[in-house]
Amino acid sequence: MSGDRITKALLFISSLTILLLGAGIVLSLFGGAIPAFREFGLKFIVSPAWNPTTGSEEYGALSFIAGTVITSILALIICIPMAFSTSLFIAEYYNGTRTSSILRSLVDLLAGIPSIVYGFWGFYALRPLLVATGLSDQGFGVFTASLVLAIMIVPYATSLSAEIISMVPAELKEAAYSLGATRREVIFSVVIPSARSGIIASFILALGRALGETMAVTMLIGNANVIPKGLFAPGNTMASVIANQFGEASGLKLSALIAVGLLLFLITAIVNALGKLIIKRFA
Amino acid sequence: MKNRIIFLMVAVALILASCGGGGSQAGKQKQVTLSAAGATFPQPFYNLAFKKYNEAGGPLINYGGIGSGGGIKSLRDQIVDFAATDAFLSDAELAEMPGKVVHIPTCIGAVVIAFNLPGVTELKLTPELLEGIFLGNIKMWNDPKLLAVNPGLVMPDMEITVVYRSDGSGTTHIFSDYMSKVSPVWNAQLGTGKALNWPAGIGAKGNPGVAGTLSQTQGSIGYIGFEYAFAQKIPMARLMNSAGFYIEPTLDSFSAAAASEMPEDTRVMITNSSNPAAYPITSFTWIILYSDLAYGNHSREAAEATVNTVKWLTGEEAQAIATSVHYASLPQNAALQAARLLKEITYQGEPILK
Repeated sequence: MSGDRITKALLFISSLTILLLGAGIVLSLFGGAIPAFREFGLKFIVSPAWNPTTGSEEYGALSFIAGTVITSILALIICIPMAFSTSLFIAEYYNGTRTSSILRSLVDLLAGIPSIVYGFWGFYALRPLLVATGLSDQGFGVFTASLVLAIMIVPYATSLSAEIISMVPAELKEAAYSLGATRREVIFSVVIPSARSGIIASFILALGRALGETMAVTMLIGNANVIPKGLFAPGNTMASVIANQFGEASGLKLSALIAVGLLLFLITAIVNALGKLIIKRFA
Repeated sequence: MKNRIIFLMVAVALILASCGGGGSQAGKQKQVTLSAAGATFPQPFYNLAFKKYNEAGGPLINYGGIGSGGGIKSLRDQIVDFAATDAFLSDAELAEMPGKVVHIPTCIGAVVIAFNLPGVTELKLTPELLEGIFLGNIKMWNDPKLLAVNPGLVMPDMEITVVYRSDGSGTTHIFSDYMSKVSPVWNAQLGTGKALNWPAGIGAKGNPGVAGTLSQTQGSIGYIGFEYAFAQKIPMARLMNSAGFYIEPTLDSFSAAAASEMPEDTRVMITNSSNPAAYPITSFTWIILYSDLAYGNHSREAAEATVNTVKWLTGEEAQAIATSVHYASLPQNAALQAARLLKEITYQGEPILK
């Protein structure tokens, strides 16, 4: 009895700690961001200016919001065909086979590769390839970053989608087969419709990951603090500008960077909540 | 059950006690440990010098290359014994410090203009060309203005990719200080700072990041600490100095820039030197420390070790190390000022160096 109580108390304390930590992070972000918002107001969100020169300091987050949203959405678009077909392959066509389990562990392996290694690969392998194709002069830019981001989020979208596809009740599929449906018809008329919201949720969660990705993006996007002028033009993302500039920042600039962090936190929280909500409805 | 717990407690106590014993033994060897943080620009020099000093019986110095701004912050928070910066503290920054701060110059570094252009290894640039390229107004390598300064060079029909520092940096500060002096347009549009509002090009993180991007990108040009371009064998441009000569970046041309007047507190920028032999984009880099080292729980031992380390760093032996890693050594007037300033540093009001 008393052992039970101790366990309960311990669990309560540790979960409370996490709650307090989360609240503390949000509070300190708010506190740090106040000077920037006091100085620029809501203009901070809609202004693309980022001028750190003393005397004419002016900060706005729009370039970075644009960079973050464009790279993440583009990554998602590239990721969908890859992740969707792989998850069907794993969870439906070859479900239970050796091929499927090998592929599944390979996908999980991709998820475990550190961000910086993807960045390296992008910098030394993908970038020269893009230059060689003539699509881009120097290979840095929104498209290169999105491509690497897409590959990084494929494993998340794939394993979540596969999980959800394999949760489709066997009775449903068997009923369709007994009515004479082909395998293709079963997949497209039974499996996908009943797993639809779960699959959508898995892609939204993958998007949430892409939004906050830092290291690989900063190595490839070109770190130009402007709204990207095209797919092959350099830009910058919210996570990347923070990683680049916080070290030497002080005063108003530091506050502006914290405010960018707060905005990123809010965007990611909304996207993740949306994904969770859809999954909940499905379950 | 109870016995077991008591046994465990005794065991733990014994282990703790033995650890404590080990600690005090290490203390008897009088190995003083100092912590320092700041600029990455002179870090290759400091890393090597501190290691050699430690091997010769000096204190163990943990130097964190966190950038000049981070170093200044750490000194203000009094969590380091000394800090290092490429940009001297402004009067306003000095006033924010909790105590009087002294600048000690340790060596001279240079910022070079490095480029990656197929078939081209020699390039001459003027302040006007630098302004045009870095502001994005000269976009192609075969621009007539570039060809006019470099007659005889075959320039490829290739777009110029400007590479700058994406992080706040002393290197950017030195480069923009020079550009603001020689170009009114630059001064009005970008000014001087550790981070700028670049109108063109791509950013890379840190000196190593810029070096890597330059060596991997054809048609690129960027500014970078001399030793980084040297180590990666990236070609460097000869720059036209204030006397109108095209000067190659060498240790001699860096030293020539520093041969002018030195103010008492050593806070001076030496870019765009009037010396006809000087390379134009050079700067001192400084160690900064409090003029009275009795702050926080700072011991007298640590204070003595700090002053002795900095004194050694500005002395002959360490200056030879600086040259070996491609920084120019301090000219005599700067070394004399450093020695005078170090003598004024006190502990509880008492001079440390006798």
